Amino acid sequence: MSAGEVRLGALRLPGPVVVAAGCGGTGRELAGFVDLSRLGAFTTRSVTRDPRPGPPGPRLVEAPSGLLHATGLANPGLQHFLAVELPWLVAAGARVVVSVSGADLGEYAELGRRLAHAPGVAAVEVAATSPEEPPGLLSAREPFHAASVVGAVRRDLPVDLPVVAKLRADVPRVAEAARAVVDAGAAAVVVGGALPAALPDGRPAGLGGPAALPVTRRCLAELRERVDLGGVAVLAGAGATTAADVRGLLAAGADAVQVGTALLHDPTAAARLVDDLEETPA
Amino acid sequence: MTSAAVPGSRAPGPSVAPVHVEAELLATRRLGAYRLLTFAAAGVAERFRPGAVVALSLGPERLARRSFWVHRVRPVGGHGASVDVVLAPGAPGSGSAWLAAQPVGTRLPLTGPLGRPFALPREPVDCLLVGVEASAAVLFPLAERLRERGCGVHLLLGARDEAHLLSALEARRTARSVTVVTADGSVGRRGDVGGALPERVARLDPDVLYAAGPLPTLHAVAAAAEAHGAWSQTAVEVPSPCATGLCHGCPLPVVGEDGAPREVRACTEGPVVRGDRVRWADLTGDPWAGPAADPAPVRAAGPAGERP
Ligand code: FES
Repeated sequence: MSAGEVRLGALRLPGPVVVAAGCGGTGRELAGFVDLSRLGAFTTRSVTRDPRPGPPGPRLVEAPSGLLHATGLANPGLQHFLAVELPWLVAAGARVVVSVSGADLGEYAELGRRLAHAPGVAAVEVAATSPEEPPGLLSAREPFHAASVVGAVRRDLPVDLPVVAKLRADVPRVAEAARAVVDAGAAAVVVGGALPAALPDGRPAGLGGPAALPVTRRCLAELRERVDLGGVAVLAGAGATTAADVRGLLAAGADAVQVGTALLHDPTAAARLVDDLEETPA
Repeated sequence: MTSAAVPGSRAPGPSVAPVHVEAELLATRRLGAYRLLTFAAAGVAERFRPGAVVALSLGPERLARRSFWVHRVRPVGGHGASVDVVLAPGAPGSGSAWLAAQPVGTRLPLTGPLGRPFALPREPVDCLLVGVEASAAVLFPLAERLRERGCGVHLLLGARDEAHLLSALEARRTARSVTVVTADGSVGRRGDVGGALPERVARLDPDVLYAAGPLPTLHAVAAAAEAHGAWSQTAVEVPSPCATGLCHGCPLPVVGEDGAPREVRACTEGPVVRGDRVRWADLTGDPWAGPAADPAPVRAAGPAGERP
């Protein structure tokens, strides 16, 4: 393993900067600002079996030091994704982590089954814990729910195709949840994702951006102190904007860092982070 | 939406690759109730086509980006070409107020040009351009481009009063006719563009209508075009917090080529779309409007809304 390389189960990423789900468009838009093959991985927007239209605007609203998002996991559905978006990402050289979300365990199992044979999928990220809790989708609030979902997705996937479990940003229970999803077959966990929040009109939303960075740090500390996950990779979720943030999260126990809100403020953020981290190895 | 084209026109397609640069504020001046900001932004002006926007990042504490129609590009000594945007400041705490207060020399990250520009007719046809207040900024470079192609350019400009009327004098240099309406009658006729529209369409018999302004105006123009058998191109202002197609936060409800309703991203598949493709009924009202706890909406002079 070369310097900077990250292992997610059997998958090797060339670096620790990973685009977070829902913040990289279809990939094409981001590709104008960064060579996708230079990233550790590209996480897709969350894909469901059927197309989801998403709620009317506003879907993104500023909060102090953060952005609230309530996109409802709008997406064109798995069939369109597999036919149009995935082949393009693969051709662009991205290591594609497909984020999936579903209404129930049956839908998750079907998503796993259909992704098992899709060429170019590097990993599957389970987004059963979206802080937006969009209507019509399962909300895995309890660690054992998250573990059930991971198990359902895991069942029909090839053994060397890793499942990444995105955990609820629930500091007191993050270690318990990590233990549960790893036991269910997750090869990596994402901790400290967007925080459960609400838009000014009261609709559930996720809060990402610098405001969430200290929470991500705390999640890493909880994992470090409370649970032994063996060799399972840990991805840090929300809040990183600068190379110093990324280094800090790596030092706190993360193997890789997901970058999301930073891209919405500056589409070149991922390219900048990759450059900065290459310049002065941590 | 795969096509915003006017038949017999050059379909705009997705804009050429945008660039992300550190722009320098070269000049800032009052323009009636607005401020005109001139930025040196290397590579942006060269790629620009009328209808495209630029997005600005306003510093670390404001994470959503602000988008503006490009009002003008022109050569500036030592800077290549510069980009003008029109700012409608005034709302307390808004990004526009902050931006309007920035001194010459301020450097800000700027991305552009973004989005699909206006489709231009191939033939020299008659065009009616309808604009309201600061949104009309986007019509001025369009008018020039249409005139270069030999089109007959007619403008219908509206505002609440003279101070909010954008550059009507300048418009007269480009357009064959300019009609001005103000709500208070301080300049031109008293009224609004919706009221003046039927008479203008009947008299000018335009082949294409272009529109920029609030949703009811765009809807009225699209309907008038359809009733008249003309094509319409509407520049739709949907709050666009990233403006680059990354967040899916700018839903624009349209009818696809196949007749099926769908949703596109205003910042990438728009902001200019064919008027007969927009599901106006699903897009009326202020998208920022919420219950009382939600602060008053602030709209930029561009397709991105802003939060106070
Ligand atoms: S504003 Fe983010 S996708 Fe359009």
